Amino acid sequence: MDLIFEGVVKAFELLFGLDPEVMGITALSLRISGTATLISLVIGISTGTAVALAEFPGRKIVISLINTGMALPPVVVGLIVSILLWRSGPLGFLDILYTPTAIIAAQFIIATPIVTGISLAAVQQLPKKLRLQVLALGATRLQMVWILLREARLPLLAAVMAGFGGVISEVGASIMVGGNIKGYSRVLTTATVMETGKGNFEIAIALGVILLILAYLINLVLTRIQQYERPR
Amino acid sequence: MKRRMRNMASVICALLLVFAAAGVDAAPEQKNVILATTTSTQDSGLLDTLLPFFEKETGYFVKTIAVGSGQAMAMGRKGEADVLLVHSPDAEKQFMKDGFGSRRLLVMHNDFVIAGPGNDQAKIRGLKSSVDAFRKIAAAEALFVSRGDNSGTHAKERTIWWKAGVKPEGRKWYQQTGLGMGLTLNVASQKRGYTLTDRGTYLAVKKRLALDILVQGDENLLNVYHVIQVNPSKWPKVNAAGARAFADFMVSKRVQKIIEDFGKDKFGSPLFFPDAGKSEDKLGR
Repeated sequence: MDLIFEGVVKAFELLFGLDPEVMGITALSLRISGTATLISLVIGISTGTAVALAEFPGRKIVISLINTGMALPPVVVGLIVSILLWRSGPLGFLDILYTPTAIIAAQFIIATPIVTGISLAAVQQLPKKLRLQVLALGATRLQMVWILLREARLPLLAAVMAGFGGVISEVGASIMVGGNIKGYSRVLTTATVMETGKGNFEIAIALGVILLILAYLINLVLTRIQQYERPR
Repeated sequence: MKRRMRNMASVICALLLVFAAAGVDAAPEQKNVILATTTSTQDSGLLDTLLPFFEKETGYFVKTIAVGSGQAMAMGRKGEADVLLVHSPDAEKQFMKDGFGSRRLLVMHNDFVIAGPGNDQAKIRGLKSSVDAFRKIAAAEALFVSRGDNSGTHAKERTIWWKAGVKPEGRKWYQQTGLGMGLTLNVASQKRGYTLTDRGTYLAVKKRLALDILVQGDENLLNVYHVIQVNPSKWPKVNAAGARAFADFMVSKRVQKIIEDFGKDKFGSPLFFPDAGKSEDKLGR
């Protein structure tokens, strides 16, 4: 128990002492997971909306595949992405294994099904009549989609939180494709694993606390946006 | 519908471009050296001390991938690493024989020790022979925590079991963690088990452990580290110049001196003993 308390104290020391290494690791985690989430939002929301609105054969199979993708284990994604990015692998010419870019790619693959699945559900649960009504009022298809997305903004922001939460906290893929390289591809979760291995438990706990604070602050902002009601 | 498809296609193209640009930005040409090494060199903090000198001197950027010696050599065999710093001599000799390494140099040694709980259920404290100690652990069916990850330490452990004539795999008192040395020491400490560890990692994480050194000083327990350059004629993408620079750096007089002093201030005794230029057969005798 003392250890957890020491860890929390250490976390505040590192945070408020502006420890340059910890600041760098924290900033990198934010940059990597933020970028991955942003790209996954673009792809995930558009795919989710398209599948929700379209009628095509095999739609149920596609939806079940997307929902399965929401449970993709990060280590499996890490393994596959590393094999693809190996020098001898099909994408080896990119020369991005063990770089932050590789982590972004892996986290993008983890976050996209989550965002897609939740967006799909969000758009699908809107009343069908709303679509017809909007179209009947003379909206173009693009305007219709925009209105639907606005109506679904509460669950869509939940998709953002779930996607970001999924990638900022994962460690399996980051360590495999990033390599946990000091000052370069070391993020909060991989640093926590390493410090635990070194027996520096209070630093490991401190990193965990920083991760939690970060997740809390970001979700606080997103929740405020989500719960914000436009004056009518 | 068509228009939307086109919009989506252009967004995806833009993203791919961003990806590609970021990739180019992050990886300057052949300035990266991928070093595959054991967890002990990282967990003890040695590499954190040495690498900044190397990077400043040569301008190379070292990407350290800390895994077990077994996995490090597997990376070397696939050309996914440029240079290895490993401690599994038998496997290394096979690696060289198979032509995957172009140069192998002795860097340093320390020793393995058998660590265990203070109450020492199997009564091995002070034994001179690691083989006898392993036999007694097996006879007492006392918990033994193994790395189980094909690392250099695991290879050494298997050799000692073999010499002791014991087959521990599958026995109830024998547990494999599949983790690095630091984490395995924690498991052994929490479960009051015995384990084989390199002295460097033991000293580095000792403050949180309820484990004592019970057996040490046996010739069988020598732990020798070599640096190996991966053979560029097998894998043309290997950064041969960077690997050579790193190997030369590790055996240079200055670095050998740093290795000699490393850990003295923090642990009271050095963690590694520099050996560059010596003959391997003469170590520890």
